[in-house]
Amino acid sequence: MSTWKTVCALVDIPVLGSRVVRSAEGDIAVFRNAEDEVFAVHDKCPHKGGPLSQGIVHGKSVTCPLHSWKIGLDTGEAQAPDVGCAKRYDCKVESGVVMLKVA
Amino acid sequence: MEKLRLVMIGNGMAGCRTLEELLKHAPDLYDITVFGAEPHPNYNRIMLSPVLAGEMGVRDIILNPLEWYAEHNISLHLGKKIEKIDRINRRVIASDGTAAKYDRLLLATGSSPFILPVPGNDLPGVIGYRDIADTDMMIEAARLHKHAVVIGAGLLGLEAANGLLLRGMDVTVVHIAGWIMERQLDQASADMLMASLEQKGIRFKLNAQTAELVQGESGRVCALRLKDGETLPADIVVMAAGIRPNAELARDAGIHTNRGVVVNDTMQTYDPRVYAIGECAEHRGVAYGLVAPLFEQAKVCANHLAMNGIGRYSGSVTSTKLKVTGIDVFSAGEFMGGDGTEEIVLHDPSGGVYKKLVLKENKLVGAVMYGDTADGGWYFQLLKDRQNVAEMRDSLMFGEMAHASRIGDAGHQGNNKAALMADSAEVCGCNGVCKGTIVKAIKEQGLFTLDEVKKHTKAASSCGSCTGLVEQILASTLGGAYQHANPSDKAVCGCTDHPHGEVRKAIREQHLLSVSAVMEAMNWKTPNGCATCRPAINYYLISTWPHEAVDDPQSRYINERHHANIQKDGTYSVVPRMLGGITTPDELRAIADVADKYQVPTVKVTGGQRIDLLGVKKEDLPKMWEDLSRAGMVSGHAYGKSIRTVKTCVGAEHCRFGTQKSMSMGVKLETMLFGMYAPHKVKLAVSGCPRNCAEAGIKDVGVIGVDSGYEIYVAGNGGIKTEVAEFLVKVSTDEEVMEYSAAFLQLYREEGLYLERTCHYVARVGLDYVKKIILDDAERRKELYERMLYSLQGFEDPWLQAVKDPEIRKRYEILSV
Ligand code: SRM
Ligand SMILES: Cc1cc2nc3c(=O)[nH]c(=O)nc-3n(C[C@H](O)[C@H](O)[C@H](O)COP(=O)(O)OP(=O)(O)OC[C@H]3O[C@@H](n4cnc5c(N)ncnc54)[C@H](O)[C@@H]3O)c2cc1C
Ligand code: SF4
Ligand code: FES
Repeated sequence: MSTWKTVCALVDIPVLGSRVVRSAEGDIAVFRNAEDEVFAVHDKCPHKGGPLSQGIVHGKSVTCPLHSWKIGLDTGEAQAPDVGCAKRYDCKVESGVVMLKVA
Repeated sequence: MEKLRLVMIGNGMAGCRTLEELLKHAPDLYDITVFGAEPHPNYNRIMLSPVLAGEMGVRDIILNPLEWYAEHNISLHLGKKIEKIDRINRRVIASDGTAAKYDRLLLATGSSPFILPVPGNDLPGVIGYRDIADTDMMIEAARLHKHAVVIGAGLLGLEAANGLLLRGMDVTVVHIAGWIMERQLDQASADMLMASLEQKGIRFKLNAQTAELVQGESGRVCALRLKDGETLPADIVVMAAGIRPNAELARDAGIHTNRGVVVNDTMQTYDPRVYAIGECAEHRGVAYGLVAPLFEQAKVCANHLAMNGIGRYSGSVTSTKLKVTGIDVFSAGEFMGGDGTEEIVLHDPSGGVYKKLVLKENKLVGAVMYGDTADGGWYFQLLKDRQNVAEMRDSLMFGEMAHASRIGDAGHQGNNKAALMADSAEVCGCNGVCKGTIVKAIKEQGLFTLDEVKKHTKAASSCGSCTGLVEQILASTLGGAYQHANPSDKAVCGCTDHPHGEVRKAIREQHLLSVSAVMEAMNWKTPNGCATCRPAINYYLISTWPHEAVDDPQSRYINERHHANIQKDGTYSVVPRMLGGITTPDELRAIADVADKYQVPTVKVTGGQRIDLLGVKKEDLPKMWEDLSRAGMVSGHAYGKSIRTVKTCVGAEHCRFGTQKSMSMGVKLETMLFGMYAPHKVKLAVSGCPRNCAEAGIKDVGVIGVDSGYEIYVAGNGGIKTEVAEFLVKVSTDEEVMEYSAAFLQLYREEGLYLERTCHYVARVGLDYVKKIILDDAERRKELYERMLYSLQGFEDPWLQAVKDPEIRKRYEILSV
C-alpha cells in the first residue's frame, strides 16, 4: 500500500532543480519547477537509464543529462519523437513540506 | 473583442508556411480562412518529381493534413478557386459563390506553367507540370501510351522526362537553347549531364522550336512538329518551358503588378492590407521559382501579420540541384563568369566529374558542379557570406574537407560522402540513427531544417558531431530547397528567434545580469527556456559581466553543475588538476588514498597528462574533494566548457634538445587561466622545441619554444576533426606568451558562440581579423589581457566551495523515505 511520506522542506530543493530520494522502489527524483510545483518520477530515464534528477528542468519537463531526451514531469512520458515512460509518483507540498506517495 | 479576419488565397507551400509561422507568433490574433483551388491539403510540391518517378506516393508528401487546419480552427475551402477580390467591401469571392470578408488578405497563388502559343496547345494530352492532378495525368498516360515529349530542358522538364522514362515511356526532350539547363549550367557540365541522361534512355532535340501539336484520330495529341519539319510521335506533351506568376487576380483588383504581384520588403502589396508571398510575388524585380526564398519571405510576412513589426526581406541568393536519382548536379550564383571574374575549373570527362568555381575580387560568386556535388552546400555558404577566399584559394577546388580550417563543427571524415552513404549506414552514433531513417523522415514528414530533423529523428541532437553530415543529407535530399544554416544567424534554439549574437548584445547593452532577466527582456517564448538556451545564456552572462552576473547552477550542464563528469551509469569521475602535467609523491599518495578509501573502481592516466578517478558515487564527491583539498589539490575542470589542461613536455629543464623551459611556462599559463569558463573547452600545450612532444600543433593555444623565444599557434583541435593550429606570432619572453595567449582567449570568450571551439570561431571570423586585433593593436591586446585577468580574479576552487558551503554540499546528499 502506498502512503504519503515526508521528504524534505520545499526550500531544500533548488528552484528548477531536484533531489534524489532513496526508497524501497529505487531512487526517485523529486523536482521543483519555477512555479514551485513539485513532481516525482523514477530516477531512471526510459532511454538508457540516465539519472533524470541530474537534468536541466524547464517548464514541466526535464532534459536527461545523458542523451537529452525530454521527459514530461507530470506524466513521466518522453516527448515525441522519443517513446518511453518513467514511472511517476504522486507528490505534493503541504505547509512547505514535500510529501511523496510511496510504498 | 472580435478577432481580425485573415483570408489566404492559395493553399500551397508559401502560404501554409506563413500560417505556421504566424501561429507561432500570434496563435489567437486572427480568424483564418483559406481557399485552395486544388482539392488537397498543403503538400510538398517539390516531391512531385519522386512521386512521378514512382519513388514516393502522394500520401507521403502531405505537409499539413486536414487535422492540422482543424486543430488551429482554420476554415478551409478546398477545391474553391477565388475569382475576384472586392477591395471596396474587403471580401473575396470564389467560383461557387462562397464569399469571405477580410481585414488582412494573403495572396499565395503560386504560378502556372507557361503554355507555348502554338496551334494544338489545348489538345487533350497536352499538360503543364505543376500539381497532383498533372502528376496523376502523367502516370495515367504512361500506363496507356508509349510516346512522350517534354518541351523545355530545365529543372522541371528533366525531372518530368526522367519520371516518364521510369514509368516506361519513350521520352524526347525538345529544347530551344544550345545546351540543357542553360540557366543553371555552362555548356561543359550540361554536356556531361545530357550524356548521362541519354545513357538512361532520354532523347534530346537541341536548338529545336515547336511549330505545332498535331491532333490524332482519337482526338488527343499524337505528334509534335518542329519548325524544321521533323515530326515526333507524342501521346502526351508536357510543357515545361517556364512558369508565370499567378498575378491576374490582383491585377484585376487594381493592385500594382508587374510579372508578379509587386511587394515591398515586408511582403505588402500596394494595398497595405494585402500581402503577397511565394511564386506569385515579385520582390525587387525578382519572382522566385524555388522554395528556399519562400521560407524566408514567410518568416517576414508572418512577423508583420503578427504585428511584431520587425524583420525585412531583402532578397535571396538561390542554388539549384536536380532531383534525378543517381545524377548529381549543382549550380549557384553567376556560374557563367563574365567581366572581372576568374574561373577555376576541374574537368574529368571519363571520371564523370566537372567543377567550375567563379571568383571575383577574391570572393566566390558562382559555382557549377557535375558528378561530385558534395561540397555544394559549402560553396553556396561561402558565396552567400561573400567570404574572402584568397587564403584558401589553392585548396578551394578540393572542397570543404581539403580546406584545413573550415566553418562549423561539421563532423567526421565521412562528411562529404553523405550522398553516397548506404541507407543503413549510421549517421548519429550517439542515438543510433542511420541515413535511411533521416532521409525517410525528411521526405515523409516534410522536414526542411536541421532543427526539424533533430526533433524528429534525434540525429545530431546529442554530441552534435554529426551535424555536418546531417546537413549534407538534408541538402542532398532537398536539393535547392535546402537552406544551409549560418551559425551566427541561427536562433539559439526553439525558445526564441534571436540568434546568439543578439542575445549577447542585449546582455551587454542592457546590462542584464540573470538568465530570467534575459528571457524577460528578449521575450522568450517558453517560461524558463530549455537545456539548449539556458547554458548558453548563463555563459554569455558570466563572460560579459564577471563578478556581477548571477551564475545559475540550474542553467549549467550536469557536469558543470556538479563539477564532475557524469558516467553512463550515473556515477562521476574526479580529475584533480595537475599543473602542466607535473605531480609530486605527496599528490600521488593523496590520490592513492582517496582511491582506496572510496573504493574507486578505475584509476586512469588521461590523454591530458593527469589522473582520472572513475566511477565515484555522487554522494562521495564532496568527501573525496575534502581529502584532496587537504593535500593541496584543486578541480581539474575536466568537466567544463572551460580551461582543461596545459600539456607540457620536459623541455629545457631536462631534455638535451630543449630550448625553453616548457614545464614552467606551462605551469604559469595554467595557473593564470585557472577557472576560465569559455564558449567551449580550451586546451593548451607548451613544447620545449620544434620536435613538439606536447603536441602543441593541435591545441587551442599551442606554444613552441625556439632558440630566440616562443612561437604561438592558435585554433588547433585534436577532437572530432583534427585541425592544425595556425601560426599567430613569435615572441621572446614568458610575459609576452601570457599576454598574447590570454588576449586571444579573451577575444574568443567575448565573441565565440556558445559551444563553438576556437577552431570554429577563427574559421568564422578569419585569422586576419584575429591578427589585426591581437598583433596590430597593442592597446586592444592589453585591454583584452586585462579583462581576462580581471574576470579570473579571486576565482575560488569549486570543489573547495562545495566542501565548505553546507548549502552546496546538500545538493550532493541523497534523501530517503
Ligand atoms: C578522460 C579523457 C579520456 C582519457 O581517459 O584520456 C576524456 C574523456 C571525455 N572526453 Fe575527451 N577526454 C580526454 C581527452 C581528450 C583529448 C586529448 C587532449 O585533451 O589532449 C581530446 C582531443 C583534443 C581536443 O579536445 O582538441 C578530446 C576530445 C573530446 C571531444 C571532441 C572535442 C572537439 O572539439 O572535437 C569531446 C566532445 C565534446 O567536448 O563535445 C570529448 C568529450 C569527452 C567526455 C567529456 C564525454 C562526455 O561528455 O561525457 C569524456 C568523459 C569520459 C568520462 O566518462 O568521464 N573529448 N578529449 C581525457 C581527459 C583529459 C583531461 O585530463 O582532462
Ligand atoms: C514538379 C516540381 C518540382 C519542383 N522541384 C523543386 C525543387 O527541387 N526545389 C525547389 O526549390 N523548388 C521546386 N519546385 C518549385 C516549388 O514547388 C515552388 O517554388 C513552390 O511550391 C511555390 O510555392 P507557392 O506557395 O508560391 O505556390 P504553390 O505551392 O504552387 O501554391 C499555390 C496554390 O495556390 C492555388 N491557387 C492559385 N490560384 C488560386 C485561386 N485563385 N484561388 C484559390 N487557390 C489558388 C494553387 O492551386 C496552388 O495550390 C518544384 C515545382 C514542381 C512543380
Ligand atoms: S573518445 Fe572520449 S568521448 Fe569517446 S568514448 Fe573515449 S572518452 Fe568517451
Ligand atoms: S539515458 Fe536519458 S536520454 Fe539517454
